[in-house]
Amino acid sequence: MDNLTFGVSMVVVGMGGTLLTLWLLSLIMLLLKKIFPYKEENGNNSRG
Amino acid sequence: MLEAIMSGLSGLVAGFMNLHWSNPVMILVGLLLLYLGIKKGFEPLLLVPIGFGAILVNIPLAGLMEEEGFLRIIYDAGIMTEIFPLLIFVGIGAMTDFGPLLENPKIFMLGAAGQFGIFLTLALALALGFTKLEALSIGIIGACDGPTAIYVTSQYAPHLLGAVSVAAYSYMSLVPVFQPPIMKLLTTKEEREINMGAVKKSVSKTTKIVFPIVVTVIAGMIAPKGLPLLGTIMLGNLMRECGAVERLTKASENEIANVVTLLLGISIGATMDGRVFLKYQTLIILCLGLLAICLDTVCGVLFGKLMKVVTGGRINPLIGAAGISAYPMAARVAQKEGQKYNRKNYLLMHAMGANTGGQVGSVIAAGVMLSVVNGLGIV
Repeated sequence: MDNLTFGVSMVVVGMGGTLLTLWLLSLIMLLLKKIFPYKEENGNNSRG
Repeated sequence: MLEAIMSGLSGLVAGFMNLHWSNPVMILVGLLLLYLGIKKGFEPLLLVPIGFGAILVNIPLAGLMEEEGFLRIIYDAGIMTEIFPLLIFVGIGAMTDFGPLLENPKIFMLGAAGQFGIFLTLALALALGFTKLEALSIGIIGACDGPTAIYVTSQYAPHLLGAVSVAAYSYMSLVPVFQPPIMKLLTTKEEREINMGAVKKSVSKTTKIVFPIVVTVIAGMIAPKGLPLLGTIMLGNLMRECGAVERLTKASENEIANVVTLLLGISIGATMDGRVFLKYQTLIILCLGLLAICLDTVCGVLFGKLMKVVTGGRINPLIGAAGISAYPMAARVAQKEGQKYNRKNYLLMHAMGANTGGQVGSVIAAGVMLSVVNGLGIV
């Protein structure tokens, strides 16, 4: 593989892949916050 | 007898007689690193052992980096096996609070934008004639993350390890120097004045415990080659958040991190033998490394501006500059710059979120890079 093809592939797939992975993780974080809401847990803690 | 005395004396001056011109230059570089660490307070935990290691390895005839030399033993055991960066990552995970990031997951994207410098610099290094694997190692300086840079370079271009690690650690410590002018140049006064308000506490303990496990599994599936880096940082964080292994957490963030930092620093310094370090290529790598971190800042701030537009002006673009791995310096820079223009503006916790996003982002970018290279059949 020549350097130009490699460079362009790395820039496109690398930047795109990083952005996509972190976007996916941010969605999962939002989901986690919905599944385990703060108030509910706070209540549990106070009982414990 | 006179002859014996002269021979004995010659043994005492042999070190001076074998001095190569590059050795005193590198001793001066070592002294400069010590000065920056001790007097200026730039990453002293790293620059002091690195600087001292550079001095040690440039004293002729000591043979510290030859076979059986004590620096060679440490280097082979910890750097070549990639164990030191991974142990450091367990400590970093144990020290990092992902709370501010979890409060506002949107700013995770700034942690992605802050890694673009890696890939742009990689392309530039290729254009300058470096080989593919060398270009990967040079680009990774843009992760602004010493352990990641060492991990990648020791795998793909170990001959560049000295230059890459010195660039990564030195530039990381110089973030407060070169980020502010870029931030000012790319933002308007109105943008710098945007008040993002207080960070509302809204993350449960369970979320904080589940977060490192989920990130490890999902990101590990996407970029399995980066799993050692991601897995160790997330293990450290899980130990911190679960609270069940306090002794391990404390050991990871104190004793283990301290011992490994010392050994890592001195081993990196030991790669700075003047005869191999002082060449034109090193200078180019140092310049490209600086460019990589500047490009990270540029991309981070520009992405921050984009997020400002998308969110209807609720994001201050200055926090985009914190989307790199230099924690917590980059977040402090964003806070300081924000307060220059609006004294009531407390960007710190928002910037901390972007900064921890940058930490995860740099590891994921490295993992993506390694996996893509693997997919392309380069290694």
